[in-house]
Amino acid sequence: MIEVEDVYFTYPNGVEALKGISLKIKNGEFVAIMGQNGAGKTTLVKHFNGLLKPTKGKVLVDGVETTKVSVATLARKVGFVFQNPDTQLFSETVEDEVAFALKNFGFKENVIKKRVSWALNLLGLTQYRKTSPFMLSGGERKRVALASVLAWNPKILILDEPTIGQDYQQKEKLRQFILQLKAQRKTIIIVTHDVEFVAECNPRVILMREGKIVADGKAREILTTPEILNQASIVPPQIAQIFLQLSDLSFPKNVIDIYEAREILLKTVREGKLK
Amino acid sequence: MSVFDGLKFRRVYSPIHNLDPRIKFIYVCAIFVIAIMFGELLPLIVLFIMQIPFVLLAGVKREWLRSMRGAVFLATIIFLTNFIFAYLGARGLGESLENAVAMTLRFIVLIESFSIFFLTTSPDHLGLALEQTRVPYEFTFAFTTAVRFVPVLAEEAQTIMDAQKARGLELERGNFLKRIRNYIPILIPLIVSAIRRSLELAEAMESRAWGATKNRTNLYELKMHKGDFVLIAVTIGILAAAIYIRLYLPIPSINQLLTSIS
Repeated sequence: MIEVEDVYFTYPNGVEALKGISLKIKNGEFVAIMGQNGAGKTTLVKHFNGLLKPTKGKVLVDGVETTKVSVATLARKVGFVFQNPDTQLFSETVEDEVAFALKNFGFKENVIKKRVSWALNLLGLTQYRKTSPFMLSGGERKRVALASVLAWNPKILILDEPTIGQDYQQKEKLRQFILQLKAQRKTIIIVTHDVEFVAECNPRVILMREGKIVADGKAREILTTPEILNQASIVPPQIAQIFLQLSDLSFPKNVIDIYEAREILLKTVREGKLK
Repeated sequence: MSVFDGLKFRRVYSPIHNLDPRIKFIYVCAIFVIAIMFGELLPLIVLFIMQIPFVLLAGVKREWLRSMRGAVFLATIIFLTNFIFAYLGARGLGESLENAVAMTLRFIVLIESFSIFFLTTSPDHLGLALEQTRVPYEFTFAFTTAVRFVPVLAEEAQTIMDAQKARGLELERGNFLKRIRNYIPILIPLIVSAIRRSLELAEAMESRAWGATKNRTNLYELKMHKGDFVLIAVTIGILAAAIYIRLYLPIPSINQLLTSIS
């Protein structure tokens, strides 16, 4: 569980990035943090594993204040996958890259071996085991970065812009993967601009603007309210746009799911309500 | 990264910022030479104080103080080594203390003047100055690019450090050798991305027809203004006075001054 209590954060150069953020993320929740560039999304999630400490206020992870423990201790619980995989890849082989964190956390040799194989298999990287991570494509590097965090099986997983530079197929795999983790009662937090991706995942959405939270609730409520989305420079997902414009035909306004949309449309057509 | 902050340019306007970078550079070099010329404490104190009006006039006090703070660590080392070895070399306590302070102050004066120069001169201006002193454009460009990418690289190093810390890397753990090895996961991504960035930059430059014309013209031309002539006069004055003092006047040590007063 992550509790954020009235957190303010100012960078050393004087930029105030967070202005009084309070929120609670329960175990097993799936949360998408959205908002325009510079809204403070990444700054906020960097507080969850102690990389940044609040200037004012408190952040508690499982009841422990982040100022009281080291990043390495928190990282054991909170896995953080950075936006750009190139900020972390350094090993000679993919295998070593994935084992790096496990060694840092002091896992035993045989456990490390098992975990590495497990993580590589999970992300379809087994054939690259002995390859240098620098030889892989952008999407593959991203998966290596993800594998290197998943390997130690953190309770809470933070993904910063996981869909950037991924093709549709990879995005769909990522989505399945997140849902799978969710089924295992992991807490998943994603930071993203990708409305369509969020619409398909249907998580809890936290909308940020200029260091403050402007909305917090279910994706189908928030992503279908243009007034709120406008504040955070976000366009509703395409399905929602269609239904918003069809609302005078007495369609429901809060639809973001493709299958739900299809059902509603089919039902209307079958019943011959449209002339 | 506080040491770098003192070398980071911020675009503000002040009489110092508007000076011709060439003249400013000559001034800094003159201060450099004078600081090397004198090993005595008294002239170095004068030299140190002389820079302060520049800082105030340029309005960069905060940044300048920060870079001075960044120099504290090295200054302490210089002070301690000078003091310890002078004292072991059987000089008196007072004399070795004064000598150590003088050496430290010499270092501080050097940092001080270079910091003023970099704080008040934009990389573009600097490149322009180099170009108009007929340095080949290739070199000028490489130089300005290098200067411009220092803050970018510093920021990237910070992100990489964060990413590795998030994977359980503890930089301060272990003995001396282990600590150095702890930096490998930071240095490799940093170097790789710097190389990648330079290749991308080269491609971007070529796609914008870099080097298409032999004789480049500039939108801005550096011209000498009144302030520049004043500064050059000041520089020559200080340099001449320093040379005169060095050659013909005895410089009392602070210890001597103190004893003569009491």
